[in-house]
Amino acid sequence: MSSILIQIIQALLLLLLAPLATGFVSTCKARLQNRRGAGLLQPWRNLRKLFVKEVVIASHASWLFRTAPYVVFTATAIAASVVPAMLVDTPLSLTADVIALVALLALARFFLALAGMDIGTAFGGMGASREMTFAALAEPAMLMSIFVLSLSAHSTNLTTMITHTIHTSFALHPSLAFAMVAMLMVAVAENGRIPVDNPTTHLELTMIHEAMILEYSGRHLALMEWASMIKLMLFATLIIDLFMPWGMAMQATPAALAIALGLWLLKLAGLLLALALAETALAKLRLFEVPEYLSGAFIIAFLGLLSYYMLEAGV
Amino acid sequence: MNGTLVQQLVDGLAALMLLTSFALLAQHRMISVLHWFAGQGLLLAVTAAIVAYGTGSDELYISAIMTLLLKGLLLPWLLWRVIRQLQVHREVEPLLNSSLTMLIALGVTLFSFHMIQPIEKISQLITRDSMAIATACVLLGMLMMITRRKAITQVIGFLAVENSLFFAAIGSTNGMPLVVEIGIAFDVLIAALIFGLFFFQIRTTFDSLEVEAMNAHLIHKDDDE
Amino acid sequence: MNNIGAIDIALAASVTAILATCSPLVVRRQQHLRAIMCLLLAITAALAVAAGISGLLGSHGQTTLPLGLPWMPMHVRIDALAAFFLLLIGALLLPAAIYSQGYLRHVKQLIPMVVFLPLFVLGMIGVVISDDAYTFMLFWEVMSLASYFLVTFDHHQAENRKAGFIYLLMAHLAGLLILGSFAVLYAASGSLEFQAMRDAPLSPVWATGAFLLAAFGFGTKAGVVPLHGWLPDAHPVAPGNISALMSGIMLKIAIFGFIRIIWDLIGAGDFQWWWGVLILAAGSSSAITGVLLALQQSDLKRLLAYSSIENIGIILIGLGLAMLLARYDQPAMAALGLVAALYHTINHTLFKGLLFMGAGAVVHSTGTRNMEAMGGLIHRMPWTAALFLVACVSISALPPFNGFVSEWLTFQTALLAPQLGSAMLTAMVPFSAAMLALAGALAAACFVKAFGVVFLGLPRSDMAIHAHEIDHWMKAGMIIPALLCLLLGLLPVSIIELLDGIPQLLLHVSLTESVQTHGWLWLTPVHASQASYSAPVALTGMLIIGGAAFLFLHPKGHAVRRSTAWSCGTPETNNRMQYSASSFSQPMRRIFSAIYQPEEQLHTERRAHPLLTTRVSYLVHVHDLAVDKLYQPIANYVLLQAKRLDRRHQQDIRSYLAYTFYTILFLLALLSVQQSAMEQRNQPAATSQSQPPATLPGLTSGQTGTEVRR
Repeated sequence: MSSILIQIIQALLLLLLAPLATGFVSTCKARLQNRRGAGLLQPWRNLRKLFVKEVVIASHASWLFRTAPYVVFTATAIAASVVPAMLVDTPLSLTADVIALVALLALARFFLALAGMDIGTAFGGMGASREMTFAALAEPAMLMSIFVLSLSAHSTNLTTMITHTIHTSFALHPSLAFAMVAMLMVAVAENGRIPVDNPTTHLELTMIHEAMILEYSGRHLALMEWASMIKLMLFATLIIDLFMPWGMAMQATPAALAIALGLWLLKLAGLLLALALAETALAKLRLFEVPEYLSGAFIIAFLGLLSYYMLEAGV
Repeated sequence: MNGTLVQQLVDGLAALMLLTSFALLAQHRMISVLHWFAGQGLLLAVTAAIVAYGTGSDELYISAIMTLLLKGLLLPWLLWRVIRQLQVHREVEPLLNSSLTMLIALGVTLFSFHMIQPIEKISQLITRDSMAIATACVLLGMLMMITRRKAITQVIGFLAVENSLFFAAIGSTNGMPLVVEIGIAFDVLIAALIFGLFFFQIRTTFDSLEVEAMNAHLIHKDDDE
Repeated sequence: MNNIGAIDIALAASVTAILATCSPLVVRRQQHLRAIMCLLLAITAALAVAAGISGLLGSHGQTTLPLGLPWMPMHVRIDALAAFFLLLIGALLLPAAIYSQGYLRHVKQLIPMVVFLPLFVLGMIGVVISDDAYTFMLFWEVMSLASYFLVTFDHHQAENRKAGFIYLLMAHLAGLLILGSFAVLYAASGSLEFQAMRDAPLSPVWATGAFLLAAFGFGTKAGVVPLHGWLPDAHPVAPGNISALMSGIMLKIAIFGFIRIIWDLIGAGDFQWWWGVLILAAGSSSAITGVLLALQQSDLKRLLAYSSIENIGIILIGLGLAMLLARYDQPAMAALGLVAALYHTINHTLFKGLLFMGAGAVVHSTGTRNMEAMGGLIHRMPWTAALFLVACVSISALPPFNGFVSEWLTFQTALLAPQLGSAMLTAMVPFSAAMLALAGALAAACFVKAFGVVFLGLPRSDMAIHAHEIDHWMKAGMIIPALLCLLLGLLPVSIIELLDGIPQLLLHVSLTESVQTHGWLWLTPVHASQASYSAPVALTGMLIIGGAAFLFLHPKGHAVRRSTAWSCGTPETNNRMQYSASSFSQPMRRIFSAIYQPEEQLHTERRAHPLLTTRVSYLVHVHDLAVDKLYQPIANYVLLQAKRLDRRHQQDIRSYLAYTFYTILFLLALLSVQQSAMEQRNQPAATSQSQPPATLPGLTSGQTGTEVRR
């Protein structure tokens, strides 16, 4: 039973810490740009404000527009609860393997894009079109980089993959390095971060994610925003799980869990700091350079696969 | 296959070698092509040094230093000067669609992997795994020469082929005899110098560095005569 | 077996279908005719389902019908494979029959439909239960011909007639190739019965010949790229219920034939490694090409037709993987790939049937297939919209619906496949999995477009404004497959257990043990530590979280305030400012321009002042490269030859007589030559037995001499 309890705590932690993670990135960015920033808790304050505000809906919006935030939020939340953060072997991790995880995120995206198209303005359609286009290119790259790992672990089950990585003696694995680079590139794209999309933009012509949720307000907007924060958290945790799981708790003992929690937060902070640095240093890509960026990620992931076969699989 | 640290390092470098070959193929801007080319030279030098450490051969150390100086620094610098003076910054429209080129490149890599596998089985060397990658890099360099229009990128493709051959040499036989290597190094250097001179000549004669322009000119001339 | 077996039920289904075909002889009133046909078809479907399920549960059987040629009676037989496809036919035919009751209400000329639709169904059932090549081909042709008449149901439009003609042509080409494949098998076994073909040993060359003929034949019928040219023309022009059946079932019958000949008759033991690679490559290219072209369509039914090509590709990826694995002695993994392919087959039947029925409803209610004239239908047709959405989610391979299960199984087959014979093959498998991922993601984009443009946003035309909801029959017909989509998504373990007879039949392995180690709730293709997926748990979790969020957040009692949408401050948005179908796919068009080679025409009209744009028109045409580069040249060549022949025809009567004269002379000459050759052959054979060899030369020459004189 304790593992179920830990599972629930872990899922709640992911959901609740997600706004903090977003706040952390924007604070880091602010510091890097010599600003003070709004503070770590600002996303939380935003969400709280949105939850109590009145909802205003576009006049043509249908029931789909009103259900979409719930679908998007729940699909993302379920996906997040499947990802192990501290304890490697959680009961829910059987629910979905990595591929199912990607599909859950795709479900969220599907409804997000439909909601964008529902209001019948140019922005929504534009956002939906771009989001689906780029997601279509990002998904193979992401799966390819996951394949590299699952081929060596002979599994797509996250728990088994993590255990495999922890138990193999540390060695230089060029394939893993490739896979990780590809995964990082995809994660940036999937989360609508610079250089692919700018989460803080207010210039309609360049935005993707914001364009789709332009018409949302109040609790609907809060759910949408929260879902995208969870997604960032999820990707960061997933990258930690897949590529640097060392220190995660194999057994549910308090000491191991405490160490795992501490390490997880530390790794998370490291990744998010790297994101903030990248966002500060890089400029946003032109829209039609994004496909090249994503196909680059795919090529790198495929190179990872090839070098796995060439160098590591053994003849 | 977790061999010794040396083998792991060589494997990692081989993977990076493959990456640089792909990157060379994917770049559009001259200056970034040059950066990757210099990076490749650097990688070669490091590989040579590591294999030298692994096998304890002093000759390889010397060739490592030579590679570093020649391929990591001198050649890129020469080419950089040429580019700056001739004012060519971008590769115009490559002959093939870039994603198609990439797909072909992946296919070529897979193919060379397929071809080399039986050979790798025989070899006992610590670096045998990298043979397939070296072969792939040779083919990728040639692919670069085929798909690009500018003479400079073609020369870089040529030099990349040479780099991969060197890599193959380290990988398959722990390096060539030093004398041969020095000879090749000088050949390459002189070839590069001559290419450099040629670029200026070509530019003044044809007003362009595009190979097609030269062809067109030639045909045109034939017609005139 | 004394009690009624699956085979009897299946025969009863065929009889009902025949009855339905004959009903116009008895019934005159259109309304009654429609009701009787739909009722009989529904009974046929129910019987097919019953036969399928009892067949899958183990009631196999075979019988010889007192029909057919005197020396060649019809053999019919039900094994697990046939039973599965019977189930598949019934599963879509039942809702389609109910749907037709509403859909055909306003059709004036019912007779062709009443005659050919049941014949079409009969053909499909017959193909599935046939047990000899003669029966197979007979019913195959019945199916092809009947469907030709159904495609040209609205034959008043030239476009439909042309599509029908191309369809007929390709269907016969396919038939010819399949016949060739049977001929090879017949030559090897000396019998038309399947059992003999199964038992006969095949040399690798003959096996390859049979494989290639069957692969191309069934590939043509299934619409595999580049043999798909007929499909996007033929499927859209048929009436909605027919499109559903054609896309949903008929393409699957081609898959059935493929499995029957290649897996069953040739047998997994004869596979060569490149067969699997060929099928895998064909599958990958079909999946990608199909979905890319689907994305660019603005004709709703054409979009769905191209998406069928994609799904056939996905099925073939599964089959190709299975063939490779079977070749390299991995029967358990091969079984997984086979089951994945079959699972996707029935999935596609359900959601594509549903999609075509939905499209039929939309076309019925708006009067156009053009998506650019639709929009906002979710307000006018809430039921259709909801059901169509279910199908869109399913086909986009999103959990918890069924499309995801089969794609997930295919992924597992690819990923858990151990090392194959050569490294190149081993590395190709994940690559094809990546192509599958790309196809899946593009399909999601495609169906966001389809649903978004048709049902969401503002109406783009008057027709869309005045659209109306469909009647209860059509609704009922669409609800069934929608529920089945969810059911197949939630209970994959039970379904795979039901399918288990097929891998047992073809590969002699059972999947049941590995799949259900964790009970019905958890789908574990090999072992839970390798991969597992549980749709019920995910769905329950989503319902709990979503419900909690809704209860917690949703304030009770007061209505939500509505306001106009943000339009950058301009007074008001109108329906022409929305993203249209072609603008949605514009980024794709640009990214994949090498494949599409779009022809774009942008025309801007400016009056009075260069800054005052009065009218902008944008025309884009996307090419189907296979049609342009493969079909067109062949068609042009044939036309050219026909023209040449035509020129010869433009002469006076005497030359025609001369032609006839020459022909008769030629034929007579041929006849005499043949006769002499035959006698020459017979004589030595006859003499060599009776006469000693020494006297043979003189005798034969004498005989030949008399022949010539005569």
